[in-house]
Amino acid sequence: MYKLRDKYAIAGIGNTEYSKFSGRTVRSLATEACLKAIEDAGLTVGDIDGIVSFNFNDSAPAIGVATEMGIENAGYAVDYAAGGNGANLITLAATAAIEAGLAKNVVCFRAMNGRSGFRLGGGRDMSAYGVTQYTAPLGWITYPQAMAMWARRHMIDYGTTEEHWAEIATTFRANAVRNERAMQRTPMSKDDYYNSRFIVDPFRMYDICLESDGACAVVITAAEHARDLRHKPVYIMGGAYGGGPTQGDDLFDAIRWPSHSHNCFKYLAHDLWGSAGIGPKDVDVAEIYDCFTYSVLMALEGLGFCKEGEGGPFVMDGRIAPGGELPLNTHGGLLSEAYIHGFNHVTEAVEQLRGTAGVRQVEGAEIALTTAGAMTCGSAMILRN
Amino acid sequence: MFQPTAYAKPLPVPDPESTPFWDGMREGHLMLQRSSAGEYLFPPVTFSPGSLERPEWVEASGKGTVFSWIVVRHPVPRDVYADEVPYVVALIALEEGCRMTGNLVDIAPEDVRAGMPVEIVYNRVTPEITLPAFRPAKG
Repeated sequence: MYKLRDKYAIAGIGNTEYSKFSGRTVRSLATEACLKAIEDAGLTVGDIDGIVSFNFNDSAPAIGVATEMGIENAGYAVDYAAGGNGANLITLAATAAIEAGLAKNVVCFRAMNGRSGFRLGGGRDMSAYGVTQYTAPLGWITYPQAMAMWARRHMIDYGTTEEHWAEIATTFRANAVRNERAMQRTPMSKDDYYNSRFIVDPFRMYDICLESDGACAVVITAAEHARDLRHKPVYIMGGAYGGGPTQGDDLFDAIRWPSHSHNCFKYLAHDLWGSAGIGPKDVDVAEIYDCFTYSVLMALEGLGFCKEGEGGPFVMDGRIAPGGELPLNTHGGLLSEAYIHGFNHVTEAVEQLRGTAGVRQVEGAEIALTTAGAMTCGSAMILRN
Repeated sequence: MFQPTAYAKPLPVPDPESTPFWDGMREGHLMLQRSSAGEYLFPPVTFSPGSLERPEWVEASGKGTVFSWIVVRHPVPRDVYADEVPYVVALIALEEGCRMTGNLVDIAPEDVRAGMPVEIVYNRVTPEITLPAFRPAKG
């Protein structure tokens, strides 16, 4: 279990513009986000001695970004090979590195030309190796196709309906309309949702996240150091990374899952709440990994906000909207703000806890949850102000 | 020299673990692994779970029920699947107890139901490769 409760804090955040075509290298995007985060913290490049990122062979290496920034001593430079599950893993790894004396001030980033460059949902090699030999030749290739299989099963087992998906998609879109950074700010009604075309039943277009070019970054440092810096520190209370047994080779290996309850959040919930010393009812705002509408239910159920199978009814009646019991994805999420692989959830949580989210601000937000990943493995973090 | 191929969709690349499965497919037999504890395994592996024991290969019935399914309507990659959509991919709960993947054929996507009985169909796509598909069970 994570043992560094409140010892480390996020001191700075930065992001680039989010777009469909950056016209720039991923390294340049990463550098911009990192430099902005360092400046936001009130630090200089000379203060940074660690850099951590995660990618799917679609980014710039951390050491390359350190080079472009002009960091003289990137003593701790690590790239995790991880999907969306990596977003909270890298922040936790940064605190562990500082605790171990490997660095003092660590910048963490995710950068991608996810629309104009390598598209994560865009298909795979036509030669199907490993577990994909049982999936890709059947035309079961993309992530939306993979996740739709389990979304269908959720509908079969629990009576989850398209109205539940619609509620999630339209709530997050309404949040994005109020977010100047969001890529998709066109208001969306439930009729708009129902009238959008099916991509892979049971997912319509609006059940599936955006594809985005962009980067975001955070600076992590010791809590006592953060208190002397520019902004009110956002403390890392706890976190967890995991997936339990039968994670398989990749997302598709959920072939072997016994049931929905096998999703990663069930396995990391105990360590997440235990490390932070709080429970679901203490969370004021949550930024939940929404690669698809359905993935929101996986996190809510797995982390104990509601019982298994009750995620659909849970999101209804304004509960996840601003002013509701559990405001979710106040920036619009991956569905409507941008898909920076879940790292934009972390920067939004920091803004909420600083109280600088403007018209999106959840009043009195003191504790925030961020999650990343959905199916076979994931990570989550609890932050407080 | 460039060799034009008629089959443009992804093809499995058999490996030491999967070769008996794909050999069986080509010969019209559904071959599955079974551990000494009697557990059927899919996808194929080298070792039974938690041991160095090699599971044995046995012929399965090819009968099962639909556990879940998707209907692909937007083709990805477009050039490969544009003429194929809509098509159905399913997870089948085999009567031996494990699940496997396959296309659903001989049924309209709208008519697929959870739990419906299905039986295997051998979908020969190249001289080397036969893919598993399932159709509504007869009788």
